[in-house]
Amino acid sequence: MNLTAEQQAILDGAKGETMAKVMKTLVMYGQIFGAEKMVPVTSQYNHLVTSFGLKALGPVYDLMNQLIDAGAVSGQKFSVDPRPLDPKVPANFLQNLVFKKFMYSKQDFYEGQLRQLGLKDEDAFSCACYLDEQGNRPKKGEVLSWAESSAVVYANSVLGARCNRNSGIMDLMGSIAGFVPYFGLLTDEGRKATWIIRVETTKKPEAQLLGSAIGMKVMEDVPYVMGMTKWLGTELDEAACAYLKDFGAATASNGAVGLYHIDGLTPEAKEQGTSLIAPDAQVYVIDDAELQRVKDNYPLVWKNPNAKPKLCFVGCPHLSLQQLQDWTERLEQSLKAAGRQKVCIPTVFTTAPGVKKAFENSPYGARLAATGVILSCICPLMYMNNPLCGPMPVITCSNKLRTYTTARYYTEEEILMKITKGGNPQ
Amino acid sequence: MREFHGRVIAPGCATAPALVSHGGLNTLASFQKALQFGDKQATCGDQNNPDLYGKQMAGKALCLPQTIGSTTGGLVLYCACSMNRQPACLLFSNPIDSLAAAGSVLAAVWLDNVQMPVVDCLGDEFLSYVQDGMTITIGENGLVRVE
Repeated sequence: MNLTAEQQAILDGAKGETMAKVMKTLVMYGQIFGAEKMVPVTSQYNHLVTSFGLKALGPVYDLMNQLIDAGAVSGQKFSVDPRPLDPKVPANFLQNLVFKKFMYSKQDFYEGQLRQLGLKDEDAFSCACYLDEQGNRPKKGEVLSWAESSAVVYANSVLGARCNRNSGIMDLMGSIAGFVPYFGLLTDEGRKATWIIRVETTKKPEAQLLGSAIGMKVMEDVPYVMGMTKWLGTELDEAACAYLKDFGAATASNGAVGLYHIDGLTPEAKEQGTSLIAPDAQVYVIDDAELQRVKDNYPLVWKNPNAKPKLCFVGCPHLSLQQLQDWTERLEQSLKAAGRQKVCIPTVFTTAPGVKKAFENSPYGARLAATGVILSCICPLMYMNNPLCGPMPVITCSNKLRTYTTARYYTEEEILMKITKGGNPQ
Repeated sequence: MREFHGRVIAPGCATAPALVSHGGLNTLASFQKALQFGDKQATCGDQNNPDLYGKQMAGKALCLPQTIGSTTGGLVLYCACSMNRQPACLLFSNPIDSLAAAGSVLAAVWLDNVQMPVVDCLGDEFLSYVQDGMTITIGENGLVRVE
């Protein structure tokens, strides 16, 4: 790799042994992918994936301490994924005991480390850091050192920023050095699509189901998705962005997608069109039957498949303000039709701290509270990792949550029916 | 017995029984329970991976196309190495992905005395041929013997 004099000096130890190891990490990482140079990180903020003070991550805290002790802290402020706990989210005595004494006993300690390393502010805990209310929204063309699979794929695809699917810790290394190796999704060539996806469904496909199907098919390749403008339009309005947020999260968690193009909608597809498609791209056609096949093949790991759900999570990744407003209206209508005032399954909506404040300061806040839904900023995945929560029959419309936990997936409409009427849609 | 030649990502020699995943390895989903709850055998917890679910990964020659899923993947591998619950080696049929690469590099640079040889680009034929329980031997220069 061709390093600048400054980069070479750091690698040689001019800024100390720890900074040399940071640079060595980035150089070795880049060399695996044939990177010939490092490029500056140009975004205002970074975003880290590791937000949880999980007792089992001792090796990570040791490494963070090495960085802090050496003064090797982030050159950028950063946001980070959601906190794992919120006392408002239902948990019994034993579950709480496991959360606090065994699982997340290092939370306060780790948040202290994050502050020393460059945490943006106390509300900077969300997987959807790019939402307007969270204030970490990179511009088109900026180079990032982010992690968090759903945020990376959104930044690349919807915002047109440039970021590889960096791992936790590697995200911080790029921010400390101020450089990242130039390869993969940072390059024009790496952003070419090697799959053409033809969406031929008879109705608007569920975002998280479509994303799941594509992720499982293309793995880490770049898909160019055709046939979506009739469902999403040609402008990245709030509804389209919310759809793509959920779609992308499913492509990234069910597969390893770091960038997708939506024909006629996402920035690079609008500018370059089908010239983004690489020669010999493979084709995957998705119709109603294919989506049903994918959904039917999700494993169900509940001990009793007919168990009555005890909890429902909506909002993985975190809900946008518009999504919260839409859900509130749909809940009110469905509850009214069912002759109920409150949801019949304990339900938690998760959103970013900035969005929660804006929502609760609007008339919608009280309206949602009246339905009995709990609004929280936690990561539901971190909740479900509790071994006493895992066996609970939990339902969700998040394909990401389904992938990592025992939560059972339903479409949004099915979830609405279950939490307002206790059944499935007719 | 067959031999396959790949690219060395992390050098080293190893002999171990094969454990094969034909789909992508979701690192977080596979390792999270083992790391959290002291499972030294690193039993795979990924319900979406029928090849690996419920099988012990520590000390095995893990044969796979690539890793997928959460970007905690590299960090999870790093922790597995630090706790000595890592596979004996990682053998990729495809070019390695960024998350597995990060885990390998982080372990090599920031941990002492960790052994987890990694070889990629072994080809689709490698993954078609190798089966659970076969003996894998990694030699010098990315030569992988399967018998």
